[in-house]
Amino acid sequence: MQWETVIGLEVHVQLATQSKIFSGASTAFGAAPNTQACAVDLGLPGVLPVLNESAVAMAVQFGLGINAEIPEVSIFDRKNYFYADLPKGYQTSQMYHPIVGPGEVEIVLGDDKTKRIRVHHAHLEEDAGKSLHEDYHGMSGIDLNRAGTPLLEIVSEPDMRSAAEAVAYLRAIHAIVTYLGVSDGNMAEGSMRCDVNVSIRPEGQAAFGTRAEIKNVNSFRFVERAIAFEVERQIELLEDGGRVVQETRLYDPEADETRSMRTKEEANDYRYFPCPDLLPVVLDKAYVDHLRSTLPELPAEKRARFENALGLSAYDAGVLSSSRPMAEYFEAVKEVCGDAKLAANWVQGELSGQLNRENLSIDDSPVTAQQLGELVLRVKDETINGKAAKQVFAALWNGEGDSADAIIEAKGLKQVTDTGAIEAMIDQVIAESPVQVAQYQDADPDKRGKMIGYFVGQVMKASRGTANPQQVNALLKQKLDP
Amino acid sequence: MHDKTLTELAAGLTAGDFSSRELTDHFLGRIERLDSEINSFITVTAEQAQASADAADATRRQGDAGPLNGLPLALKDLFCTQGVRTSCGSRMLDNFVSPYDATLVEKLAAAGAVSLGKTNMDEFAMGSSNESSYYGPVKNPWDLAAVPGGSSGGSAAAVAAGLTPAALGTDTGGSIRQPAAFCGITGLKPTYGRVSRYGMVAYASSLDQGGPMARSAEDCALLLGAIAGHDPRDSTSVTRGVPDYRAELNAPLAGLRIGLPREYFGEGLDPDVEVAVREAIRVYESLGASVQDISLPHTNLAIPAYYVIAPAEASSNLSRFDGVRFGHRCENPSDLIDLYKRSRAEGFGSEVKRRILMGTHTLSEGFFEAYYKKAQQVRRLIRQDFLDAFDEVDVLMGPAAPTPAFDLGANKDPLSMYLQDIYTIAINLAGIPGISVPAGFIGQRPTGLQILGPHFAESQLLNVAHQFQQATDWHLKRPVFGEENS
Repeated sequence: MQWETVIGLEVHVQLATQSKIFSGASTAFGAAPNTQACAVDLGLPGVLPVLNESAVAMAVQFGLGINAEIPEVSIFDRKNYFYADLPKGYQTSQMYHPIVGPGEVEIVLGDDKTKRIRVHHAHLEEDAGKSLHEDYHGMSGIDLNRAGTPLLEIVSEPDMRSAAEAVAYLRAIHAIVTYLGVSDGNMAEGSMRCDVNVSIRPEGQAAFGTRAEIKNVNSFRFVERAIAFEVERQIELLEDGGRVVQETRLYDPEADETRSMRTKEEANDYRYFPCPDLLPVVLDKAYVDHLRSTLPELPAEKRARFENALGLSAYDAGVLSSSRPMAEYFEAVKEVCGDAKLAANWVQGELSGQLNRENLSIDDSPVTAQQLGELVLRVKDETINGKAAKQVFAALWNGEGDSADAIIEAKGLKQVTDTGAIEAMIDQVIAESPVQVAQYQDADPDKRGKMIGYFVGQVMKASRGTANPQQVNALLKQKLDP
Repeated sequence: MHDKTLTELAAGLTAGDFSSRELTDHFLGRIERLDSEINSFITVTAEQAQASADAADATRRQGDAGPLNGLPLALKDLFCTQGVRTSCGSRMLDNFVSPYDATLVEKLAAAGAVSLGKTNMDEFAMGSSNESSYYGPVKNPWDLAAVPGGSSGGSAAAVAAGLTPAALGTDTGGSIRQPAAFCGITGLKPTYGRVSRYGMVAYASSLDQGGPMARSAEDCALLLGAIAGHDPRDSTSVTRGVPDYRAELNAPLAGLRIGLPREYFGEGLDPDVEVAVREAIRVYESLGASVQDISLPHTNLAIPAYYVIAPAEASSNLSRFDGVRFGHRCENPSDLIDLYKRSRAEGFGSEVKRRILMGTHTLSEGFFEAYYKKAQQVRRLIRQDFLDAFDEVDVLMGPAAPTPAFDLGANKDPLSMYLQDIYTIAINLAGIPGISVPAGFIGQRPTGLQILGPHFAESQLLNVAHQFQQATDWHLKRPVFGEENS
């Protein structure tokens, strides 16, 4: 039987606010345990939450970024359950009236086709603390630094049909939140993690199969592998005459498998009810319009503009718009050199290659966009040839000079385009290579194209790489061809 | 000195008749001598009180004393006080020393008021007799066989007994007004949102409100002025400005329209209480007020709605008492679940457990719509009853409680205890302010008149109450108890 995979994602994005969602404590990552937990985060008797306005603004910006409906009123609810790292015995979340209504995200698939994934809603909530079960000799350590960190939970419709689509969706969400600056999107630090709902059904069947929810997957690769494992597991189960039970599962990256955590029967009754300590959030139109007016260009718009207005290929437009730092770098290079295609080639070629080799992100590039732009400009105006440009790039990368022009000057790489000077060099090479000249001139005209390379190389060498290769080629042909 | 009102004591301090330290020592001495009879304090902070009094005297010498400077008072033991145990009347918090001050505590301290200590209360403010306290029941100084009412029973009894000139209480369903009536003092529950709840250990967040308990409406006005106002740490506190609550105390009552809710004079009302309340209303008529009957048609739904909403919120609010970070922790827990179960089983008393169970049940899947949602709908109807009534009259009047103070141990059945709040609970559901003023005695036990006004009509309520106290002397009566008998 042919099976169809159905996937929905709940993505938890940590918002990049300075302080927590309901208290003034810092949200900075990596502080010593329990040093960033104030009375409110500890859930001391008598404390009250006060909503962080910037968390609201960021959630709304995200909503606008996915063309979602922004309801006028949203309400915080309490999700009640006991756990040692949940200080109040409830998590403040939004169950019935989320801050962001239905929207959609465009994803790009391998063949440059796009697909729209519907977002059911996104809601604000506070994160819990962390339980540390190692190093405490049979006890557990509780770190409440993370307690109260603002999260935006983005809940998709079950619109994805493969692991690749799920990863593309997750990447699209990542790009949107980082473009907006509402999250640092750092998955290694837990700034973005997701719950994956997976089910399968016979192809052509309309009804959904029973789903399993894989909790807390925290990398693109793990999402892909967890889904792959889970789909295999469910197919085997069904084809062996079994059935999938609705349950929560955990992905173990070490074993590369998912394991059952709890079944539906064991699930908590969270007893949601409106939090009486917080007023409903009322967003007037002027506030939402103001936020809309401050939105930056988002990945999908940028990709379209790169392709249509700048004339880049779909592939280049996709890669260069995939992250905000990449797009900003590219656009800065393009501004300086005035040539989108050349800029795209350099950013994706020489620069990306070198960054990958040294495992650096574009933010850490030793060559600034201004520097690269000036270098590309010198290629474009033919001040230097391509070969010299690579030397200049290497020199910039190694910090051998502040600008392309300075390096060109210092290394004498300026392209020689003076016909007289090139002719003089050619004459000298011809004079020094009588054997090769004879061979060339005796050869069949079809073969000469290849043979001329020797002379070009000699002339370039004599010019220390600065001669314009096209001119050298043309002049050589004039001189050598009988 | 303990027979004087807060206002009179303030005048005495201003005139230099006595110092804050002398005043404070006087009340500390009375607490030490007499409180063993009534058990109204859980913690007495004598040293801090003396230090605050000395500081207040120094402030006065420098010439920048505000109206509350140097005046002693007591705090219901659910206001968090830095460095001082805040027990909430519960074994659960017997060992809890708050690392911070509640906003009201901060405000009073900043005004130079002197805290004598923390008063007894029903456990987590759940009760109407002060019998559910882990620290034992409080006795009514008018009759040691009677309860003081609750949950602010310690505050009410301490004021009535002259152990403090005033106290802060809290009122979720009548917990300021009913004990004020039982103890013959004046107690004001402000409009919901008028004073900050930050640092008040929460029972039912959408109903809880702190307020003054004192000997007179004038004293309550003085205190309310100091504690009211927006608190950026409490999102439910309102930004509305704070008037001078003493400015309108002497406004004449001619033309005042008083409504008597028919539902507050029906079955279940003790006939002697009714006589006292109707007598009080005649006083108002003599002051030029007009009286008309009015209906609050959803009154009979108030107790059921309250006992869905308040326990629901409480079940969630009290989840933080889990033995993990503070409060009572059981011995040698075998695992996390055992820690939760035994810490909470040992830490909470039976009334608290009953309400947690009720609240957990009504919020559960399958019951939420039938109970919680329905109760919220009822709450809106009750609120609308009051809004409609205040279209026709300026204030409503009736009894604060259906009976005078009952005997200790007399109300064993939780349901009959819940009915104690029949005239007070709807006010919390509607969020409006209410004040209870002494209106006579039944035997030796006091009874109270309750006056209700529209949202934020505290100035008017205090004016109406003050004018009554200008015409009557019920509020000036003092109990004689304990060694004072001899």
